[in-house]
Amino acid sequence: MERRVSLLLTVVMVLVCSSAACAAPPIRIGGLFAVTGPASFLGEPERNTLEMMAREINGKGGINGSRIELFVYDTQGDATKAVQLATKLIRNDKVVAIIGPSTTGETLAVIGVAEKEKVPLISCAAGIKITQPVRKWIFKTPANDHVAAEKIFNHMAKRRQKKIALLTVSDSYGASGREQLKELAARRGFSLAADEVYSPKDTDMTPQLTKIRGAKPDAIICWGTNPGPAVVTRNVKQLGIKIPLYQSHGVASKKYIELSGADAAEGITLPAGKLAVYEILPKKEPQLKTLREYDQAYRKAFGVEASTFGGYAYDGLQLVVGAIRKSGATPDRIRAGIEQTRNMVGVSGVFNMSAADHNGLDLSAFEMVRISKGDWVLAH
Amino acid sequence: MPNCGCETETMSHQILQYALSGLSTGAIYSLIGIGFAIIYNSTGIINFAQGEFVMLGGMMTYFFLSLLRLPMLAAMCLSILLTTAVGVVFERLAIRPLRNANPLSLVIITIGGSILIRGIAMLQFGKDTHSIPAFSSNEPLVIADATILPQNLWILGITFLIIAANRYFFYHTINGKAMRACSHNRRAASLVGIGVKRMVLISFAISSALGSIAGIITAPLTMTSYDVGIMLGLKGFCAAIIGGMSSGVGTVFGGLLLGIFESLGAGLISSGYKDAIAFIILLLILFIRPQGLFRKAETERV
Repeated sequence: MERRVSLLLTVVMVLVCSSAACAAPPIRIGGLFAVTGPASFLGEPERNTLEMMAREINGKGGINGSRIELFVYDTQGDATKAVQLATKLIRNDKVVAIIGPSTTGETLAVIGVAEKEKVPLISCAAGIKITQPVRKWIFKTPANDHVAAEKIFNHMAKRRQKKIALLTVSDSYGASGREQLKELAARRGFSLAADEVYSPKDTDMTPQLTKIRGAKPDAIICWGTNPGPAVVTRNVKQLGIKIPLYQSHGVASKKYIELSGADAAEGITLPAGKLAVYEILPKKEPQLKTLREYDQAYRKAFGVEASTFGGYAYDGLQLVVGAIRKSGATPDRIRAGIEQTRNMVGVSGVFNMSAADHNGLDLSAFEMVRISKGDWVLAH
Repeated sequence: MPNCGCETETMSHQILQYALSGLSTGAIYSLIGIGFAIIYNSTGIINFAQGEFVMLGGMMTYFFLSLLRLPMLAAMCLSILLTTAVGVVFERLAIRPLRNANPLSLVIITIGGSILIRGIAMLQFGKDTHSIPAFSSNEPLVIADATILPQNLWILGITFLIIAANRYFFYHTINGKAMRACSHNRRAASLVGIGVKRMVLISFAISSALGSIAGIITAPLTMTSYDVGIMLGLKGFCAAIIGGMSSGVGTVFGGLLLGIFESLGAGLISSGYKDAIAFIILLLILFIRPQGLFRKAETERV
């Protein structure tokens, strides 16, 4: 009996060790994404990207000879689930770093867990509250909304547009944008002619735009994600409003032009993440190669174009992998490694982390683009 | 105040624009509301899957247009037919087997059905928002400084056509009269030989067809995605309640009133309260005139 057991054990050992995994223990990395539910447009490309990259890295022999082992869970966009799953990732799966969650609400909820258990968390959500104030174990890859807002204000200042009207969506993206736009307007001496909102499922914004037209602003800034901004764009054309319209980086995709119609979208200006417009970027752009490779790999694997959101997970894993290569695969070494990241070319921008900045992106993360004949052109 | 006169002038232009915007959204609400009313009148249940029929109309048309490259008219007819089939199957599988359940459980079943339909649509069609081309030109028409899109006129026109057709059906055809009889007194109707079950089936077929038409004619303006049914369904429900669940003029006025109030409220009070205004009106009507604005307490329903 005893011999049989030991024989069995030997066979198992031989089987396990014949795979490359036996060379070094795998590196366990967690992912928390809203793959289903209302935020699935974020979570799905994030999960896809993470799995695609892990396959690629493992195919090339892993990191310093160790395979990456992914543990990805679906939070369904629910903060309570995110907290439970984060605890599970740390306690049961023993991950050394977590990438995600997808939304700001979920991230704020899991910050406590990551801080207490001392595991680095690289959020894929944009909310400014995630990295301000800076917390030791918490990082994020998307640029802050106010960076995009600042790009718009710079553009307006050059054109002497001083009196602005806001039209923002009444969800967390729009509310955060509205807060930061108002704060920036006050700080930079712009006056606010109108401050209107719409709800995410509204199908007609002509009342708000009629009111805005009455207030005679120099420019209108709309802050939302599809389909609302497309409705606004169509309504602006319908009402014959000639005031320049700015959109946020939330609609920087061809889908927005398609929904608005090339005709109505003509001349709209917006700050875009570079992935959406890499084809028109100048040749000397440092991110160009990364963006093209990511987009092409994603198209090949999933048959659709890569999205900025998937890019957040891409950058997250790049940060972790870079830190492991440099410093080692324990949570505190990874944390220190990420904090020392300099000039890492990612999808969302070029990252320069420091103890005082756990996002590491600046104004160069966005490019001001204008829509002309149904396509992007650089706006100067 | 030298510019006082011009201020009032812009104000009146603004109000005209609010009213026109309100009328065009209101017509959409009316059309969806009528679907609610028809099923309510023949079965006594509120079909919360009505919004999903609207979604199916728009989404299927988009997919026939973009994937199968069918001509516009064929795509529209096909999606009306298919949505009607979905309505009929829904009645057969979810409503008829439980005919003796109380209305409340049936209402809950329709909510379940709507979640199921939405889920299947999400898996089949994806989560993206889509738009279909307008029926005629996209150039806005200017009426005394306010503008309206040709598509809005299509919506208003088709809504009124459907109401006229409904009126004819319910008052001048045997099946229509039989459905009215069912709504008055189901037991008496079955005693005189009316097939009540068949009438319920017909009512689901009609309202799912109406829902899909609403979805198709509004998709060029409002765009469509797997989850548009929720909010449109609720607004249609409000319209039907304001109109006292009549499947005719009452609900139409209910929808138009709702649209105009929303638009005026967003323009003159605050756009943040636009949806709140709709639901405050709904609550007020339920408290003060539960039978609807346009109805005496005890009259016929259809």
